[in-house]
Amino acid sequence: MEVVALLLDGVWAALQPTNLGLAFLGVVIGLFVGAMPGLGSVNGVAILLPFTFVIQEITGTISSPMIFLAAIYYGAMYGGAISSITLGIPGASTAVATTFDGRPMALSGNAEKALVIAAIASFVGGTLSNVIFTGAAPLLASVALKFGNPEIFALMLLAFATFIGLSGDDIPKTIISICFGLVMSAVGFDIISGAPRLLLFDSTQWFSRGIQFLVLAIGVYGIGEMLWTINSSRDSLKMTEANITLARVWDAIKSFPETWRGTTIGSFLGFFVGILPAAGATPGSLMAYGVTKMVSKNQEEFGKGRADGVAAPEAANNSASTGAMLPMMTLGIPGSPTTAVLLAGMVIWGLQPGPLLFTDQPEFVWPLIGSFYISNVIAVTVNLACIPLFLKVLRMPFSILAPLIFVLSVVGTYAAYQNIYDVWLMLIFGIGAFLLRILDYPLAPAVLAIVLGPIAEPKLRQSLLLSDGSWMIFLERPIAGPITIAAIILLLLPLYGFIRKRMKASKAS
Amino acid sequence: MRLAELVTAFVIALFSLYLMWESGEGPSWDPTAVRFANIGINVNNEGPGSGFWPFWLSLAMFICSIMVGINWFRRRSPPSRSTDRFLDTYGVKMFALVGGGLVVFLFLIGLIGFYGAIPIFLFYYIYFLGKHPWWLAALIGISAAVFCFFFFDVAMRIVLPKGALEPMFIPLYDIFL
Repeated sequence: MEVVALLLDGVWAALQPTNLGLAFLGVVIGLFVGAMPGLGSVNGVAILLPFTFVIQEITGTISSPMIFLAAIYYGAMYGGAISSITLGIPGASTAVATTFDGRPMALSGNAEKALVIAAIASFVGGTLSNVIFTGAAPLLASVALKFGNPEIFALMLLAFATFIGLSGDDIPKTIISICFGLVMSAVGFDIISGAPRLLLFDSTQWFSRGIQFLVLAIGVYGIGEMLWTINSSRDSLKMTEANITLARVWDAIKSFPETWRGTTIGSFLGFFVGILPAAGATPGSLMAYGVTKMVSKNQEEFGKGRADGVAAPEAANNSASTGAMLPMMTLGIPGSPTTAVLLAGMVIWGLQPGPLLFTDQPEFVWPLIGSFYISNVIAVTVNLACIPLFLKVLRMPFSILAPLIFVLSVVGTYAAYQNIYDVWLMLIFGIGAFLLRILDYPLAPAVLAIVLGPIAEPKLRQSLLLSDGSWMIFLERPIAGPITIAAIILLLLPLYGFIRKRMKASKAS
Repeated sequence: MRLAELVTAFVIALFSLYLMWESGEGPSWDPTAVRFANIGINVNNEGPGSGFWPFWLSLAMFICSIMVGINWFRRRSPPSRSTDRFLDTYGVKMFALVGGGLVVFLFLIGLIGFYGAIPIFLFYYIYFLGKHPWWLAALIGISAAVFCFFFFDVAMRIVLPKGALEPMFIPLYDIFL
């Protein structure tokens, strides 16, 4: 009952005009960044994070900037479907699976049905996951209070193991990306002994303050990804018109119950995949699509424009985005690249992410959770009401949007740290990220690593100090042990797959 | 693409070795410190040293870059099999014009500050690269600079560098700050 009372207080706080306005603005920006190909929630959140300082300054609260950024995250999950359906290219990686059936639906003249189903499935997925989140978060936080250094480090290891074991990217390149982010987080000085270290190329001007995470995040997502999008989307895109009338929208709403199976699978599966450290909404939506297809009696209809195939990934990506918030808020471990940026934002605003948030900062936590519900309602309303408007906005030439994002990235990086060297470093990272992206180097692990590095290193060193240098501390403790074993299994998963493949090949020959 | 894959792996391997070398450097205030004395797991019974974390991670990076090289040799990864060019003519031109534009933009910030560089960069991109009408490019460029001034200098009190244009802003400071 206490949780319900706290939640009601939180919802009330989220309904206050300032927070409501910020949630609305965040949702609209999120819908926009989600819908624009080449931009996703992580780009929106990373580029706009420096601008939230003004929100904190004006409102005087720490929950308001977070409400704004979380609303962008939600909005982007809704927005991704718009371009997946009407353009046939996902607005964000989280909406890749939506193209599988959303695009065929649009091509067969049912664009508005696909858009409405995507919006309602997103709402159902978002709301169901919010309910699970509200129940689970305080419980998990109270369990996590018992976590010591080895347990927290084991969780971080699990986060990186998830990237290596489940991402499907090239494994040595994923490990390079993780290690690069972790080493970059160590530049500047040693947080334990205070000794300067890794002052690269003997340049104190550039590296004595360390490499700030936003410098890498904005470089990767503001410059690198934009260059990559400009390079890869050179052909003009063909947009499918949606015939939006009130009657057709109403017909689409009435047909929604037929997608109950996809929506339910998406909502629950998405949430649990989202919780996995570092997994996030993209694998969540792809898995939901795959499972819905697998359990369907009409498997052959998938890929040809089946409504279930739109509902499942859309419910899943919204649900996963809430799921990813769970480890971030309760354990201080982000569940997705976007939550990694949010986590870093919390640190910048002076918060200590982790289980203590629920006991020490209820005035931050509950309005934020309340805003999850409110943002979901705003997102579905704005989405349904403004579909024609978003279709117009999608026609905005990329040759106007791209330079504006470059300017935002440069100005945002300077505003955050007020150091022109950081801006140069951001540009260097951005250009490097673009070149590496062409060669299939995954970059999200590096961003996650530079956020987690400053937390992971002291946890590891303090654990090893405690154990006199014995690694067994991560296996012997009752909570850290199973987490470490899970991480090791995930790390060995690709090796197992490789051996199986070789055995099959040798049998076949 | 194949050559780029190998060259990148080689550059990463060299960079990893450099990071390992730098990680082993002792604190500057202790001239007697031996290089690599700080990378152990239990240095002077005080747990891992300051170089422990970056050294072993850089070593992992080095080993993985060698693995990328082996995969290149055995043609395992898609880029190592690809016969496409790393950047085709369009890509090279785009990279030079956009990437080069960004580098010039940052140099211009040093000379004439943000509020001079922003309209020039936006005009260059929207008019010359985007082929939009000149008035639209100018309008967006000037509006963006005006918006940034009111948002950062006035609202957030974050004074962005103005370079040689500083004197032009003094009357504005009198009015708004």
